[in-house]
Amino acid sequence: MELLLVIIIGLLYASGVYLILRRSMVKLLLGIMLLGNGTNILIFLLGKITKGSPPVINEAYKVFQDIYADPIPQALILTAIVISFALTSFAIVLLKRVYALVDSDDLDDLNTPEEEDL
Amino acid sequence: MIDNHILAPIFVQLFTAIAQLMFWRKTVTQRFLSVGGSIIGLLVAIRLFTRVQADGILTMNAANWDAPFGIVFVADAFSATLVLLTSIAGVAVSLFSSVSLSRQRMLYGYFPIFHFLIMGLQGAFLTGDIFNLYVFFEVIIISSFVLMTLGGRKAQLEGAVKYMAMNILASMFFLTGIGILYGITGTLNMADLALKIQLVQNKTLVGITSCFFIIGFGIKSAVFPLYYWLPSSYHTPPSAVAATFGGLLTKVGIYALIRVLSLIFIPDDFTRTLLMGIAVMTIITGAFGALIKTNVRRLFSYLIVCHIGFMVGGIAMFTKIALMGTVFYLIHDIMVKTNMFLIAGLIRQLRGTLDMGKLGGLYRDYPKISLMIAIVLFSLVGIPPLSGFWPKIFLFQGAFEMHHYFFAAALIIGSFITLYVIAKMWSQVFWKNPPQEDLLDDRFAPMRPYRKLLMVLPILILGVVTLYVGLNAEAIINITDKISSQLMDNSEYIEAVLGDKTN
Amino acid sequence: MKSAILQTATRYLLPILLLFSFFLLLRGHYYPGGGFVGGLVASIAFVLHSFANGTASTMKILRYKPLSLIPIGLAISTLSVVAPLLLGLPPMTGLWFEEPIPVIGMIGSALFFDLGVYLVVIGVVLTILFTIALEQ
Repeated sequence: MELLLVIIIGLLYASGVYLILRRSMVKLLLGIMLLGNGTNILIFLLGKITKGSPPVINEAYKVFQDIYADPIPQALILTAIVISFALTSFAIVLLKRVYALVDSDDLDDLNTPEEEDL
Repeated sequence: MIDNHILAPIFVQLFTAIAQLMFWRKTVTQRFLSVGGSIIGLLVAIRLFTRVQADGILTMNAANWDAPFGIVFVADAFSATLVLLTSIAGVAVSLFSSVSLSRQRMLYGYFPIFHFLIMGLQGAFLTGDIFNLYVFFEVIIISSFVLMTLGGRKAQLEGAVKYMAMNILASMFFLTGIGILYGITGTLNMADLALKIQLVQNKTLVGITSCFFIIGFGIKSAVFPLYYWLPSSYHTPPSAVAATFGGLLTKVGIYALIRVLSLIFIPDDFTRTLLMGIAVMTIITGAFGALIKTNVRRLFSYLIVCHIGFMVGGIAMFTKIALMGTVFYLIHDIMVKTNMFLIAGLIRQLRGTLDMGKLGGLYRDYPKISLMIAIVLFSLVGIPPLSGFWPKIFLFQGAFEMHHYFFAAALIIGSFITLYVIAKMWSQVFWKNPPQEDLLDDRFAPMRPYRKLLMVLPILILGVVTLYVGLNAEAIINITDKISSQLMDNSEYIEAVLGDKTN
Repeated sequence: MKSAILQTATRYLLPILLLFSFFLLLRGHYYPGGGFVGGLVASIAFVLHSFANGTASTMKILRYKPLSLIPIGLAISTLSVVAPLLLGLPPMTGLWFEEPIPVIGMIGSALFFDLGVYLVVIGVVLTILFTIALEQ
């Protein structure tokens, strides 16, 4: 399981970096999303994958009796997913507007010389 | 000491933003709410600052979970000072934006987002949990994306794409670093991390993890190889927005860098050399970039980069004197850089352009405003006894003690180029007669008197604070001395957070 | 997209999905679920409706702008965060009513926090989607 996750993380990071280094805006966005997913799986992996019960101590005992699964990585991933959801939806709207204005998907075209201040 | 009210600066901003959302599209109400909320925020921040000065480090365990398990908020001298400075800058920007922004931008929710941004900044300064720091960073960048794109002009959106891509990338680096850190230590509380990281056997892994943080914060604070997004985006949004960005956003990166390096990854020789190289190159490239710019705001953008180098250099030396220089410079820089962009906005209002070739004659037409601006510019350059002068003494002292002559040279070059570009700007914008009088578009003169006042007042407020920092430097030096001794010796922080559980 | 099957299905799915989202919201404290997931399910219900019947008719059944949900939700969440301060406890401490209420179960400040998140998520998702959809 760990090995599989490691390979997946590597693939996600590699393809994310590859896509970010392209010139297309859409690929930039896809690359960012892949990197984000890779990071989430990395946190999941580093939180030590165990099959255990929730870390809630039974009322009858003073200490935890069983193998427990660490809940923190899941909380972190959930937060990171929510945040990347917000970022991605903002980025989609932004890139859509830029595409409508610049009429090009090429990141190198984003350098309109203009009297810029306002 | 536990104080449940240290989050007040955050909640004031949050409630202001919520109240403004309830008055959606009622821009006049929003303006009053914004100014009122900022002033209450300032009062709360002053209270927090005085309490921290009197009682030492204050902590708050969110949801009553004890320290290493729950999220802890910590107000030490450093955080409290930055919260106070942010609140002062917030009041100034809020006053300025209530007259300088177009109604169109306010209708699209400028004010609530601005307060969310300030809330994120206060939260980032106050949190004692590394993942919570990430969350507040995200609050900051999402709000800053919206502020940057409000208005939707072409140049603005183009700048925003670069800004967005680089900042999301920085967050990814930061998050990856947090993931690895959690994997090797099993905790997220910064004070607990400071203890647990010493037990990790694999020092190489710790070093690599620290690189993730340095890259992430480096992008955010715009240091040498990673700063190109800043000059290509900061000149695009309106001046009030650029003031918040230029004054505060890059400084959060510096704050986070100091916090992480002083608590978790105590810099070793490699990190110091790396940071020192980055600092020298940042100063030099930023200064040279500023030399060739003819637009006032582009020039200021490069000056931000140049002066970030000063602070990074202080962190790289990591001695008490050098950190005093860095912290003092941070205090000075937040006030002055916010003011610089407000001044750029005022110049634009006075003349209708920011191109130095077309500007001129401001001293002839507005001598009082020009004199006030001159004081701010002198502070930025660091003419003794104004505020930019004192931190440089400490930085020089630190550099000579540690024999970092390259850094001392870079500091001199950076300071002289700052002096040169500011002198050039002064002569071009204020002294020279405008080349084509008829092309200038004075939108300031026809404004109503109270609007004129609201436009000049924030610059005056920040100018007075800068003057105070410069002329009453002894008080500030005492504060920075306290801050840097807390940073150099983190046991006080750890004890305040974890209590007796350390031993 | 006009499809009789989808339109008919949506008419039944919308209330069921909304009910399910509320179930997820209430279940969230001890089991998988919660405000965010519930909010997403609720907004997906409206998105489905807008696919079947067009964005305009979805806005009609919502009556109010989804944007107005955001401040309400934020206010509920923030108040539930700040409420413990009045009792001298740190913010975010869970406050619980002594007696369980039938059907819903134990009520605490965490539930109000989740309710706020639920409303904010619906507001944000629908605002974004309507913005994108109406531009075309």
